[in-house]
Amino acid sequence: MASPSTTLTNHLDILESHAMFILREVAAECERPVLLFSGGKDSAVLLHLAAKAFAPQQLPFPIMHVDTGQNFDEVLEYRDWAAEHYGARLIVASVQESIDQGRVADPGPMGSRNRLQSVTLLDAITDNKFDAAFGGARRDEDKARAKERILSFRDSFGQWDPKAQRPELWNLYQGRVNSGEHLRAFPLSDWTELDIWQYIEREEMKLPTIYFAHEREVVFRDGMWLAVGRFVEPKPSETIESKIVRFRTVGDANCTGAVLSKAATLADIVAEVSVANVSERGATRADDKFSETAMEDRKREGYF
Amino acid sequence: MSIQTKDVLRLATIGSVDDGKSTLIGRLLVDTRQLFDDQLDAVAEASERRGVGDLDLSFVTDGLRAEREQGITIDVAYRYAATPTRKFIIADCPGHVQYTRNMATGASTADLALAVVDVAAGLKEQTRRHLCIAALLGVRNLIVAVNKMDRVEWSDAAFLAVADQVAAVSNELGFASCEVIPVSALLGDNVVDRSDASPWYNGPSVLEALEATHAGDPSTTTQGARLPIQWVLRQNGGGRTYAGMVNGATFHVGDKVTLLPAGIETTISALRLGGADRTDAYAGLSADIDLVAETDAGRGDMIASEPLPTVTKEFDATICWFGEKPMTPGQRLRLKHTSRSTPARIVQLDGLVDIEHLNVGPSDQLTVNEIGLAKISCADALVVDEYQVNRATGSFVLVDEVTNATVAAGMIGRPSFL
Repeated sequence: MASPSTTLTNHLDILESHAMFILREVAAECERPVLLFSGGKDSAVLLHLAAKAFAPQQLPFPIMHVDTGQNFDEVLEYRDWAAEHYGARLIVASVQESIDQGRVADPGPMGSRNRLQSVTLLDAITDNKFDAAFGGARRDEDKARAKERILSFRDSFGQWDPKAQRPELWNLYQGRVNSGEHLRAFPLSDWTELDIWQYIEREEMKLPTIYFAHEREVVFRDGMWLAVGRFVEPKPSETIESKIVRFRTVGDANCTGAVLSKAATLADIVAEVSVANVSERGATRADDKFSETAMEDRKREGYF
Repeated sequence: MSIQTKDVLRLATIGSVDDGKSTLIGRLLVDTRQLFDDQLDAVAEASERRGVGDLDLSFVTDGLRAEREQGITIDVAYRYAATPTRKFIIADCPGHVQYTRNMATGASTADLALAVVDVAAGLKEQTRRHLCIAALLGVRNLIVAVNKMDRVEWSDAAFLAVADQVAAVSNELGFASCEVIPVSALLGDNVVDRSDASPWYNGPSVLEALEATHAGDPSTTTQGARLPIQWVLRQNGGGRTYAGMVNGATFHVGDKVTLLPAGIETTISALRLGGADRTDAYAGLSADIDLVAETDAGRGDMIASEPLPTVTKEFDATICWFGEKPMTPGQRLRLKHTSRSTPARIVQLDGLVDIEHLNVGPSDQLTVNEIGLAKISCADALVVDEYQVNRATGSFVLVDEVTNATVAAGMIGRPSFL
């Protein structure tokens, strides 16, 4: 895989080494890190990089899935496969339990549980005494993310203060926090969607099958193709259609749209993404369409 | 496999408030088709809602609520662009003086500074200050976009007056390269394509100049190779492997190296990346190193080849102070250098840097955003190079022991222009 060379001139090598550096630095500086794992492509890359950074040892931290209870079955299958494949200890933090315990209000069977995840996540961080949480967020995803440091400080309420971020110079990642505070660490900050797909192709990684073109029953709602199933029941006015689709991002089944695509292999997807003219969140995520600062508002509350 | 090979150029935008930095970056992204349709629609919608015209390009990078409301950039926005041969990591830095720490964050890893100067206003003090900080932080290449040329009817005399000012400052600060380009960020002239509006200008567009700049650290022929140990990996069956990121020159299997600060001379027996063997490891690579000698080296120690770095507990440094409370001699702080953290003390303050006149005057303290020269003493020995020779082994940050806030950026030695 790593061909001999005299300088580091390949962007995937540069991004890979930088991410591994961040993973090692945070693991060394923090007492109890955790890697947030959704089963999506970005967290899949993050887990793959973590395995590389600590090979041949086991991961020095667990991975945690914040389970909304509205996931695609294929993604849950992949989550369990990946935990076993990479030898990671998997913790599942359940939004349903937060609802059952009255920590958050139940938005109903069709309502979005996206925003509720913040409470479940922060509770799990507190309960497990985690002082650092790795996330697969990328700065090209959203304008609020574009402003966030690689090591992002959270106060004892889990809040992000975008106006008072720590200076972060060179590769000197400074991870000291007081008790009750924690860090979010984003090793994929400088990766773009295309970088992610090129890397997955290069490393011949496995992903949830819903990323690849397949035939599925869908309905067209709010400008998006939603998969008909347990979490999306067609309204009387909607017609069920059978389409060849794939998913560009993986979120909750009731708010993640499919894209019409025949891209069935990693090479097809790389080719498709390199000429895309709509962003992945714009194409597929109803949760980001509320307001121009939807992501900033959620992040301030402790979101990923 | 059909992966296009690109290198990576990191750049930081600098300049004074209202000179049009964010607009220039917005223009670069729009005209190189890096923005998706839905992102452009969102910018147009936000522009209309706030009554600032059809498409306020600065909204492309000013993403925070407070930034849009106040019309200023508070923190660095990172943006990404790519051409067939190069990936650009763009740190769009704030101009206001109270956000200098954020500007330094963006410039500390940059290969190149892209400065924007309003042709009618000339080189402002804030821009001079940022150019000085960029030079101090070891940014070697400079591109200056002389902006708002449409407002002076593309007067070559107005452009040349600013270009002369820029050239003088660039010489003083010792930038290795300096390209000055007349542009209109608003209209897109000379940003991606060369414009007909400036027939008297024969140089490159901003994008052409960005593509022509050398990426990565400059020549490493005078440097040794360094690997600050981040983590010790235990091999199945016993051995110890030292993991970290290489900087400076290249390591090869069989190289004679020294483990510091202990001073143990040994040889590299194996190099790996993610468990896979390789024959060499160059700057920027997260490598694993096996040594012939059995040692008890750990995090914070360094593997180095000749010329060796210096092992020291006391050194002279250039300090950029970010703390709200002033820095004073005798103050105790925590210092982080490579992968080593140690208690440290400001032994004495040797002077305050006057950014405007580039000289050093006396002072008994450093207040927020001031730059000074100081002598620092550490509890544990550090393994250092001069910052001018090696950014990774010559830099450190100072941390408040109570709040854990990062209160200063430090560079070992003095910049050449002082």
